Amino acid sequence: MSMAPQTYDNPAARALARRHRFQWWEVLPWLLALAFYFAFPRYLGFGTELLIMVLFAISLDLALGYAGIITLGHAAFFGAGAYTVGMLAKHGIWTEPITLLIAAAIVAGAVGFLSGLVLLRTTGLTLLMLTLCTMGLLEELANMASEVTGGFDGLDSLPIQPIFGVFEFDVLFSSTQYLYVLAVLLVCFVFTRILVYSPFGHSLTGIRENMLRMHAIGAPVRKRLVICYSISAALAGVAGALWAQSNAYVNLSTLGLDRAATVLIILVLGGYGRLYGAIVGAVAYMVLSHFLSKAYPTAWQLGLGLLLVAIALFARGGMLGIADRIGQWWARRAERTTS
Amino acid sequence: MIVEIANMVLGGLAAGMVLFIVSVGLSVTMGLMGFANLAHGAFAMIGGYVIVLSMNKLGIPFIVALVIGFVVTAAVSVVFERLLYSRLYRAPELDQVLFTIGLVFALIAAVTLMVGPETQPLTLPPSMQGQLDLGFMAYRTYSIVLIVVGVAIMLGLWLGFERTRIGAQIRAAVDNRRMAESLGINIGRLFTLVFAFGSGMAALGGGLGAEFLGLDPQYPLKYLVMFLIVVSVGGLGRITGVFYAALIIGVLDFTLKKYFPQGGTVFIYAMAILLLLWRPQGLFGRPA
Repeated sequence: MSMAPQTYDNPAARALARRHRFQWWEVLPWLLALAFYFAFPRYLGFGTELLIMVLFAISLDLALGYAGIITLGHAAFFGAGAYTVGMLAKHGIWTEPITLLIAAAIVAGAVGFLSGLVLLRTTGLTLLMLTLCTMGLLEELANMASEVTGGFDGLDSLPIQPIFGVFEFDVLFSSTQYLYVLAVLLVCFVFTRILVYSPFGHSLTGIRENMLRMHAIGAPVRKRLVICYSISAALAGVAGALWAQSNAYVNLSTLGLDRAATVLIILVLGGYGRLYGAIVGAVAYMVLSHFLSKAYPTAWQLGLGLLLVAIALFARGGMLGIADRIGQWWARRAERTTS
Repeated sequence: MIVEIANMVLGGLAAGMVLFIVSVGLSVTMGLMGFANLAHGAFAMIGGYVIVLSMNKLGIPFIVALVIGFVVTAAVSVVFERLLYSRLYRAPELDQVLFTIGLVFALIAAVTLMVGPETQPLTLPPSMQGQLDLGFMAYRTYSIVLIVVGVAIMLGLWLGFERTRIGAQIRAAVDNRRMAESLGINIGRLFTLVFAFGSGMAALGGGLGAEFLGLDPQYPLKYLVMFLIVVSVGGLGRITGVFYAALIIGVLDFTLKKYFPQGGTVFIYAMAILLLLWRPQGLFGRPA
């Protein structure tokens, strides 16, 4: 039997077989991120925050965009990761940054697994409410246990060791944080990219598109959803841990509805279920928010609300969806002019 | 001892009645259309503002202001329903969620711009202030008023639901929408009607509860989880379910906040999660 690479004659088959392959333009965001490091040394604090939101949005994309789990409480896992770092570091138990990331991923993943076991049995409004409840529960617990979590004030001046014992974190000048977060983001992104193009990732898409049929063909739907939810929670926990490490503090804002709503807006603004939507959405949102939300808070909120309404009514694919549509229209026009 | 328990129960019941009046519309619209409407609290806020502002700026008496609040909010909600909500009835749930969150944000900002970010005070008419002698103890008159109004509304809704033609149509549509539609019930019109009525009820609740829930632009987000818990625990589309759920949660919340001011809400959240683990369709809902 010959093991030569299979050739596909049908264009559709070819497209399907090639869609997971690496494209040349996929290097661009990372080159741009590196260029940002050299071009805007004074904005690296903002850049770090942006990269963390990209990672957080990617984690949400896995649950919401690929598996179709509609959640309003994703900040629960961001906060779980951030508080894991905060509590371990503040009480002097563990301060090595990379192992702290792993610890945060494990804790947040465990929270995701346990809550997923319960709430993925429900759908619709009940599921939404339960995700909100889980987040509210954690927020109240963090507020109550002020002995260990610092309560309303949170924990500040966290002692974090230098990375590999060499590169120190400086809260005022974020160059170390920026490169560190960028590296972690790259690892997490590659992991997520492999995951969504794996058979497991395709079965998640199947569950999102038609849960009944996935049940009927014998896919272990609930198990897959819980696993996906746990992985997504662990990634969100890493994002939270990065946030706590680069700011050297953690407070209740990591667990709030505001953060959960922000990441949802970022994801749908960029376009969900397509990985790069998280990147495009985070850049667009964070830049706009940086210049507008402080200066005109009420008008910013009004604009944000109207934007969401408009996306829900007219632009379901977000910015990348619009770009897709323009691209298709362009291609069709080119076809018509040549023929 | 008895007085203390009665204090708890009466205070909790009064809070529960407000929860019921606000949430009942959400429960019925959810049961009827399956629309994930997170903006329901925003209609309670609009109603509350109309009521409080017409009292404070125009000097309209409380009762008349409540009627105005109901009518204005119901009218506004019909405009929203026909122009915007109706486009998303068959849309995926995520779009409904995004749309209603966007609506909440926009309405919060609009109210902040037009009225201001501060809490609006509600002055009760003198006849509802002070204490009422119940024989064995004295209690706040307004809480007793709320309980009486709540029970009256519950009875009225129950009669309307069980004994009128429209009520029968709503029940039929909640149980089986396709079957009801093929029997010639105009679901679209029925839904507009229910939506307007439910928003009007939310407005009443917003006005009646403004005295102790407070009324500021953040209202829809602050109480979003509370309203959702009431509806989910009560079961979708069940008026009596929402009533009992609102009362249970009202009494629990009131008691816990009194004895554990730090972590009262934790118990409510935990209870809701455990309860829905045991009965995903809610305490009073029918299994799907």
